[in-house]
Amino acid sequence: MKILVPIKRVVDYNVKVRPLSDNSNVDLNNVKMAVNPFCEIAVEEAVRLKESGAATEIIAVTVGTSASQEQLRTALALGCDRAILIESEENPEPLVIAKALAKIAEEENPDLIILGKQAIDGDNNQTGQMLSAILDLPQATFASNLVIEGQTANVTREIDGGLQTIKVNLPAIVTTDLRLNEPRYASLPNIMKAKKKELATKSINDLGIDTSARTEIISVELPPQRQAGIKVESVDELVDKLKNEAKAI
Amino acid sequence: MSILVIAEHDNTSIRPSTLNTIAAAKLLGDDIHLFVATNNSELPNSASTIENISKVIASIDDTLEHQLPEALAPMIKEIATSYSHVLAPATTFGKNLMPRASALLDSQQISDISGVIDQDTFKRPIYAGSCIATVKSNDSIKLITVRATAFDPVQLIGGSAAVESFDSVASNDKSEFVSEEIAKSDRPELTAADVIISGGRGMQSGDNFHLLETIADKLGAAVGASRAAVDAGFVPNDYQVGQTGKIVAPNLYIAVGISGAIQHLAGMKDSKVIVAINKDEDAPIFQVSDYGLVADLFNVLPELADKI
Ligand SMILES: Cc1cc2nc3c(=O)[nH]c(=O)nc-3n(C[C@H](O)[C@H](O)[C@H](O)COP(=O)(O)OP(=O)(O)OC[C@H]3O[C@@H](n4cnc5c(N)ncnc54)[C@H](O)[C@@H]3O)c2cc1C
Repeated sequence: MKILVPIKRVVDYNVKVRPLSDNSNVDLNNVKMAVNPFCEIAVEEAVRLKESGAATEIIAVTVGTSASQEQLRTALALGCDRAILIESEENPEPLVIAKALAKIAEEENPDLIILGKQAIDGDNNQTGQMLSAILDLPQATFASNLVIEGQTANVTREIDGGLQTIKVNLPAIVTTDLRLNEPRYASLPNIMKAKKKELATKSINDLGIDTSARTEIISVELPPQRQAGIKVESVDELVDKLKNEAKAI
Repeated sequence: MSILVIAEHDNTSIRPSTLNTIAAAKLLGDDIHLFVATNNSELPNSASTIENISKVIASIDDTLEHQLPEALAPMIKEIATSYSHVLAPATTFGKNLMPRASALLDSQQISDISGVIDQDTFKRPIYAGSCIATVKSNDSIKLITVRATAFDPVQLIGGSAAVESFDSVASNDKSEFVSEEIAKSDRPELTAADVIISGGRGMQSGDNFHLLETIADKLGAAVGASRAAVDAGFVPNDYQVGQTGKIVAPNLYIAVGISGAIQHLAGMKDSKVIVAINKDEDAPIFQVSDYGLVADLFNVLPELADKI
């Protein structure tokens, strides 16, 4: 079984992102970048499937600027076998990313594509579902458990009301939720080995897809800030404030 | 042009998130149609009394019981061509379905809108709500998911929409429903509750959540949790509030043993009144709380349960 794992370079989740002073976009100058946490979970799941003997090859792919090579190397250090960078402008939209990934999927013919359910920059939660639509494949989103059984996958999904289990025919697309696994850290020897693994580069303009942006960012602002509140000294004072000042209970 | 809203329901009743979504649709146009795909032939009729909608488009078929996106998305694609906007709630239902329909329509979806500026322009939180982006869409059919807490719901009664049927149900041989574990509780649902009391890693165990439940029962509150509490197995995943869990905005949110990471704040900082109970006086949760109590939760929760 061959697994394709699309990943994304995003701002590290610890960084508090702010707007640029002219409010034209977010300020990403000198911020720490990382592999999107949900993509790390996707890589981990693929690596575990390989370790268990279910998978034979894992290909990491990303759509982004050449700086994304850093995140592909991380994926290689974590156990992916080879990587593909589809070079594009900064911040392509999810629909463009999905179209580019579809081209790679058509070339590589993976049995399984595992992606993060959302990237923590735009918080869009779209790419996996869009890729499924373009490839006309089944989708199992927000996965917290994945079991391969022959030509099908049984996937437990985190939904608002609880958990849902569905069965999808392979090839299929799975998007990861937080509870699917706990990603490992790359070891130093594996980081060294990853430097020698194959990393191919293609230009998004050579894929024959429409890369035009459909949306424009008009402005980016801080959300309304909350007024700082007070500290109460006791449970009595808290109950009194909630009853008589906030009238919340 | 008219606006299409995709109904979220459990085949028995329309879910509240649908009513918030219709409220957002009202800001885009007056002629709002509701698409109801279900196995229950009664549901479209009961949906027809919802305020502000002029038509219910009903697809009734046994295969639609679980509303899998492989079947629903092609149906939406077919219906959507006569609409300017297609809206669904930004719940796990809408998040799963809408991008699939969007790609079939070659449209770049706008996710999780929290405001409508005009027909083409929307506000939406990005980077875990650290920033709010104003985004303009140039697609001719706009697919949108709606952040329910940002729009006051329309009423379930008061309307009298016509019911029309849509019979070309798409077949789906790619995926099938196996089973579901839906949490049953006598308490209100998190996303609809007026009061929420949430526990974090500081609760130390699932058993200790009964300290919160006692208070929740007195206040008619829902119980929520941080990711750390869910990851640790104290409570199930459907309790999680935050960037990647549920977005809530109750009248009163009580955070107990929760540090206040940005990913948690993303899900609750639009609550009207926020209370934090934490033993660390420097915990970031205090920066967004109206009333902070620096204390050991195990000392103060029983007292709070008594006095509330
Ligand atoms: C991709 C990604 C997505 C995420 N999505 C979410 C999300 O949706 N929701 C979410 O909540 N988090 C999310 N997180 C996790 C988030 O970053 C934090 O790790 C998490 O919110 C911390 O949970 P916590 O506050 O319960 O735990 P901690 O940060 O460990 O805080 C525990 C708090 O309890 C206090 N405490 C301990 N004992 C006591 C006591 N006896 N009495 C009083 N106080 C006590 C401590 O002082 C501390 O402040 C996400 C993270 C990532 C990377």
